[in-house]
Amino acid sequence: MRNQTVQVSTDELQHFVDGRVDDAGRRRIEIWLHEHPQEKQKAEAWRRQRQLLHDSFDDVLSEPVPSRLAELASARPRIKTWALAAGLAWLSVGVLIGYFMRGPTVATVEPGEILARRAAIAHAIYTPEVRHPVEVGAEQEAHLVSWLSKRLEQRVRAPHFNSQGYNLIGGRLLPGDDGPVAQFMYQDGSGKRLTLYVRGTPEETTVTAFRFAQEDKVSVFYWIDGSLAYALSGEIPRERLLALSEAVYHELNP
Amino acid sequence: MTDLASYIPRLRRYARALTGNREFADDLVQDTLERALRKWVLWRAGSKIDSWLFSIMHNLFVNQVRSAPARQLSVSLDDLEFEPAGQGSAEGVLQLRDLLSSLNKLSHDQREILLLVGLEDMSYQEVARILELPLGTVMSRLSRAREQLRSLLDGSPKADAETPALRLIRTSSP
Repeated sequence: MRNQTVQVSTDELQHFVDGRVDDAGRRRIEIWLHEHPQEKQKAEAWRRQRQLLHDSFDDVLSEPVPSRLAELASARPRIKTWALAAGLAWLSVGVLIGYFMRGPTVATVEPGEILARRAAIAHAIYTPEVRHPVEVGAEQEAHLVSWLSKRLEQRVRAPHFNSQGYNLIGGRLLPGDDGPVAQFMYQDGSGKRLTLYVRGTPEETTVTAFRFAQEDKVSVFYWIDGSLAYALSGEIPRERLLALSEAVYHELNP
Repeated sequence: MTDLASYIPRLRRYARALTGNREFADDLVQDTLERALRKWVLWRAGSKIDSWLFSIMHNLFVNQVRSAPARQLSVSLDDLEFEPAGQGSAEGVLQLRDLLSSLNKLSHDQREILLLVGLEDMSYQEVARILELPLGTVMSRLSRAREQLRSLLDGSPKADAETPALRLIRTSSP
């Protein structure tokens, strides 16, 4: 049956009924339906169903929206106020702990600023990369982590914050002032990227203050946790970055 | 984030057809908006926001159906608080009653597929994503739903045998 009366499948008929075929397809199906009255009845009944649904329910579109729904939708989506307040409280506790524990390690503030700057620069250099944003991709995460741990000469982990909408895409090794540095990169559904910059600290410190720095458009939260210094960078609002920094911190200190 | 309010009319229309009841429908819309506001971080900015909202509504609806299977949505003229098409003519009311009770006899996934395609004009792929079903399953359930609705509408008793549902429709699609 290689003439124009080639069979029309049920799927094709549905595409036809839903107006999802091109002109040529439509003509072919119309000819076929002309020769198959039962199928034609079916297609017509399906078309009428569509029309019946619109006739019956389209009026809802022009009904005034109940105020309980309108008010709800006008509330701008944002981080819940309590979550933000908790974040800020947590930050101030961190700052206080940092302040009281600074003791002989007060000098870490200066290197911290350098850390933030280095992290922001590395962020700005590598995040626009389309083809080579990372050296080792997240599909080889175990390899990535063991490689970076070996180079940093201590155990490094790649925290996950998929629940916050960011997925690990991989990482790379970078040169730092006093040795190698690890950079992990994350991306959300819109393509927005975050980087976590991790390096060893010159001496074992326990300062865990969260500090904020801004380098051009890049926001950075940085902190020192034991023998590693971290900086999380992103071109996102400060409070969002703080929430993400908290998530990183909590994942690394469960 | 995009203005959620602009999606409310479509969500309401879909929910109304899905539940057949204004109150249930608006409750479902409200739950959907609340969840969307809570979960907006999870919305993938590359994806269509209406698909995302419909998938939230789908999940809420399925949970409701599962948790209260006994609460069959009974459709009577008293439930029809909204003005049906046809300027509220008796014919329009009967037609709408037939449609609602027929839709109610479909399985809930058949009804969802039928409405997402036939009323919301979603692409088959979008429907597959929203309902988390393979595309082939969507297509086969859609044709089954259409055939079932066809036989229900053909077979449903008319209050007035001279007023078949077909006639009114023809007036709006000459």
